[in-house]
Amino acid sequence: MTLPSVIRKISDTVWEIPVTYKQGMIVPARIYCTEGLLSRMDEGVFEQVTNVACLPGIINYAFCMPDGHWGYGFPIGGMAAMDPETGVISPGGIGFDINCGMRLVLTSLTYDEVKPELPRLVDALFSRIPAGVGSTGFVRISRDEFRLVAEMGSRWCKRNGYAWQEDLEMTEEGGCFSGADASAVSDKAVERGFDQIGTLGSGNHYLEIQVAKPENIHDEETARSFGFTLPNQVAIMFHCGSRGFGHQVATDYLKLFLGVCGKKYGIRVNDRELSCAPFRSTEGQAYFAAMKCAVNMAFANRQVILHRIREVFSSIFHRSPEDLGMRMVYDVAHNTAKLERHTVKGKKREILVHRKGATRALAPGMEGLPDCYRETGQPVIIGGSMETGSYLLAGLPGGEETFFTTAHGSGRSMSRHQAKKLFRGQKIQREMEERGIHVRTASWGALAEEAGPAYKNIDEVVEATELAGLSKRVIRLVPIGNIKG
Amino acid sequence: MPFRYLEDVATADAAFEATGETIEEVFLAAAAATVNVMVEHPEEVEGGEEISFELEQGDLEMLLFDFLQEIIYLKDARRLLLRVESVDIDMKATPIRLAARTRGETIDAQRHRLLTDVKAVTLHRFGIRRDDRGWTATVVLDV
Repeated sequence: MTLPSVIRKISDTVWEIPVTYKQGMIVPARIYCTEGLLSRMDEGVFEQVTNVACLPGIINYAFCMPDGHWGYGFPIGGMAAMDPETGVISPGGIGFDINCGMRLVLTSLTYDEVKPELPRLVDALFSRIPAGVGSTGFVRISRDEFRLVAEMGSRWCKRNGYAWQEDLEMTEEGGCFSGADASAVSDKAVERGFDQIGTLGSGNHYLEIQVAKPENIHDEETARSFGFTLPNQVAIMFHCGSRGFGHQVATDYLKLFLGVCGKKYGIRVNDRELSCAPFRSTEGQAYFAAMKCAVNMAFANRQVILHRIREVFSSIFHRSPEDLGMRMVYDVAHNTAKLERHTVKGKKREILVHRKGATRALAPGMEGLPDCYRETGQPVIIGGSMETGSYLLAGLPGGEETFFTTAHGSGRSMSRHQAKKLFRGQKIQREMEERGIHVRTASWGALAEEAGPAYKNIDEVVEATELAGLSKRVIRLVPIGNIKG
Repeated sequence: MPFRYLEDVATADAAFEATGETIEEVFLAAAAATVNVMVEHPEEVEGGEEISFELEQGDLEMLLFDFLQEIIYLKDARRLLLRVESVDIDMKATPIRLAARTRGETIDAQRHRLLTDVKAVTLHRFGIRRDDRGWTATVVLDV
């Protein structure tokens, strides 16, 4: 890979591309990663992160996390904070899968207790949590009721018996971005998503049963605070987003912004995927309100999936979910824009933080943390490939420069098409079974696309976040069961 | 259908280049490439359901965008996998007009060899161009 010749090493984990690199850059771009990860980064990352650096109102730097890879508009792993008064909001800085995110749920079961039931458990989860292209959920509601879901998020789930009160407390922003306005959402968006609540989707969306082996606990005290108190404790991690609803919200506003970005507001962008509008404009505020609806739908989606997971475990182990200790560790969002208070040039102020394939990671003591995590910092859930494992991390004070943002996953290193040519889904399933990982998939082809070697090394990515002071390793979780869309 | 997937563009997503001698052919090829991201052997999708739609756009590129987006919309809203049978494009009209006739069936995970859900058409490197040999469209789909 050819690195931009002007890239400058700031530290072992911070690399800067100066404003002289490209005409129109307002701030430098900063990539957080080790030299090894940098040398293997796609060239698209450098092109895209420097395009982001040209957006009006950007504060300090255009950032890219260690798992950065070539996306559209922003790189995946990209983050940019804007001045809400003078800056823009861009759907390309959030992505089509608005609030694609991760949720981690505890059990009080150990691997030995789960192992005999594992095939039955994976089968039951697969049949109760729809996955794959075109799947629909069990929640049957009207389009009007769906608009309420979009405004209320997890609160709607609580009201309808799909959530425990503490689930809301363990979800970023309490499982509901306030200010969501369903009148800003098109009928087409509702039509695409109103029957998809409680579905995983496909691509890199999955649900895993995982084990916290004693040798994989990096920080015992924090692990204990996050609820991991037993040797070989079993947990459930899953990754999904706002489904067709969020995808359509993003598409609708991308088209709207394309029409007004240059013509009405005179903003020139290097990639039409970065089409944007001033945050304080009518269009900017309408998108912000609609995006929040998609954020809330994604929270509700993950909450309903959690409800189903609890039902399945309860029926297999003949114990209540409460008795099985099925408490949430946390739920983190990947693709959002949010007004947050951060220190900029020594002053605390409100800024608009775009995160695309990046995770908020609050440090100990920060506002916004549930009381139980005030000492530890925010749990950060990082999904790896289905074959290798995932991580639970905790936010650190060093995240101040990135406005408390860290990586979100391992990042692909191979195209889906290439992976499909190299791997066979059936063979992957067989080999994973031999290694004690039970897999059920809606599609052999999709399973092949998600093969472990198609992803970067997750260990390297999380280590880079730790070296950069953004987040620290708490537990490495290894899969024993996997459901793929 | 004349399309090829691009290996070295937007690794996490699905990029393709579609070609055609006529504008209608390139639209058909782009639709086939999009459906083929979602299902292996789209020719096995039965054609019991017929859906026709019309679109208007001032700009040819955005017409292609809307056309592919409609196929994605129908996949979620109607749970349909569609093969586009014919496209008529009136380039002389203002705005440009498209009429598409599609056939397909409801998604059936037991019968269809489903792959990856397509979330959206992105505008990253999106374009349609004409040279001596005909038309070429470049598309990155978010999956």
